Amino acid sequence: MKHIVTIEKPCINASANTGCGECQASCQSACKTSCTVANQKCQKQAK
Amino acid sequence: MIHAFQFHDYYLILDVESGALHSVDEAAFAVIQAWEKGWDVYGLPYPERQIREIVQEAEELKNTGRLAAEEPTPPAGESGETVIKSMCLHVAHDCNLRCRYCFADTGEFHGPRGLMPPEVARKALDFLIAHSGHRKHLEVDLFGGEPLMNMETVRAAVSYGRELEKRFDKQINFTITTNGLGLTDEIIDYLNEQMHNIVLSLDGRPEVQDAMRPTANGKGSYDLCLQNMKKLVERRGDKEYYIRGTFTRKNLDFTQDVKHLRNLGFQQLSLEPVVLPDDSPYAILEEDVTRVLEEYDTLADYVFQSRQKPETWLNFFHFMVDLSGGPCLKKRIAGCGAGVEYVAVTPEGDIYPCHQFVGHTEMKMGSVIAGELNEAIRSQFQGCTLLDKEECRACWAKYFCSGGCAANAYIYNGDIHKPYARTCTFLRKRTELALGIYALEHME
Repeated sequence: MKHIVTIEKPCINASANTGCGECQASCQSACKTSCTVANQKCQKQAK
Repeated sequence: MIHAFQFHDYYLILDVESGALHSVDEAAFAVIQAWEKGWDVYGLPYPERQIREIVQEAEELKNTGRLAAEEPTPPAGESGETVIKSMCLHVAHDCNLRCRYCFADTGEFHGPRGLMPPEVARKALDFLIAHSGHRKHLEVDLFGGEPLMNMETVRAAVSYGRELEKRFDKQINFTITTNGLGLTDEIIDYLNEQMHNIVLSLDGRPEVQDAMRPTANGKGSYDLCLQNMKKLVERRGDKEYYIRGTFTRKNLDFTQDVKHLRNLGFQQLSLEPVVLPDDSPYAILEEDVTRVLEEYDTLADYVFQSRQKPETWLNFFHFMVDLSGGPCLKKRIAGCGAGVEYVAVTPEGDIYPCHQFVGHTEMKMGSVIAGELNEAIRSQFQGCTLLDKEECRACWAKYFCSGGCAANAYIYNGDIHKPYARTCTFLRKRTELALGIYALEHME
């Protein structure tokens, strides 16, 4: 494309095999006073 | 929904519902914003042929789900069961520091000072296992006050947790949040072996740390804490840790604190705005917001530049974003899980929706001693997802914060459904900067 460069493809994963809940709760990482969900790893991808 | 913004000299467009990120030229930046709103794009001050090309490209992206995507529907999930998977264990409602901004009221959480007996920790872990269903990965954060003031219970909890892992085929990731003052060589080695992640609370420059985090006898804590933390991190290898600080209205030039921490050799950094009512001298007030946003710009430039070279590389927690993976939609909608999947347990064994609710007795939701859980409070939190908050649903940053912190909403607005606007402003700014840094790092 001439005017638009896609840096990253869609990442909001709503497919049927998601939502397993094995990922870390965000407050258990480093925040404790905010809700910082988007930087949490997907446990399935981490495997 | 799209969000168009600039970072450095780049024009960026986030497609909110799909999470795709695009870099565009100046004309496309204007045309796509008008096109998405259904406005007449041909009135814009660009050659008609150029506008037509841009619209054609935008339509092509739309047809492949990368621009102006529809709001997705979350799947039901694999199991459908509601479990508790994370627990914040308040092993000590006491502290050897007297931090001036402490939301835990310098360790007491608005109640008596006290240490959690080992037996209560074991009951808490039993409770966690009993409510964890089929979930394999569980998390226990050893928290306080200052958890190192109760190493007997820390060790008892970890040792019992390891037994439970074998007995129930679970994996318990223990983490600890400490001010570092009580670290000895033996404790450092123990924590480095047992803890999945260690959060070390340090605010930055010596004058900031000493002013905000004095010891119980009123002395500065910088030298003592830093010495111990450096030793811990040096011996930690590649295991996770964070140096986590707080900034207040007394250090709105907080980039200097991040720089200071990086210059000390720490690479994993987090610095968060203080959470305090407006009548506190340290609270970040409405009149400080512009200054904070400018400082985040300064910080983003510093972080971006630092990340270019291995010798200065760092990770700043609030600028971390994973656009190639990251959490699934269901997680982004459910948020942190407070009061549903995540609970805090006091030294007495009382259960609260999260560590920040401790002491708000109207939010007490049970006891690990009695094995009780108040499902009415739990269902309030279950009904407080991103989809339940209209204001959040219309916000471009919704999938990054998941509707914000329920405790902040409750403490400032008296309602877990009403996000605290000031933290939303900061979150949106940090998200733009995080996306900007990501874009620059991932461009050709």
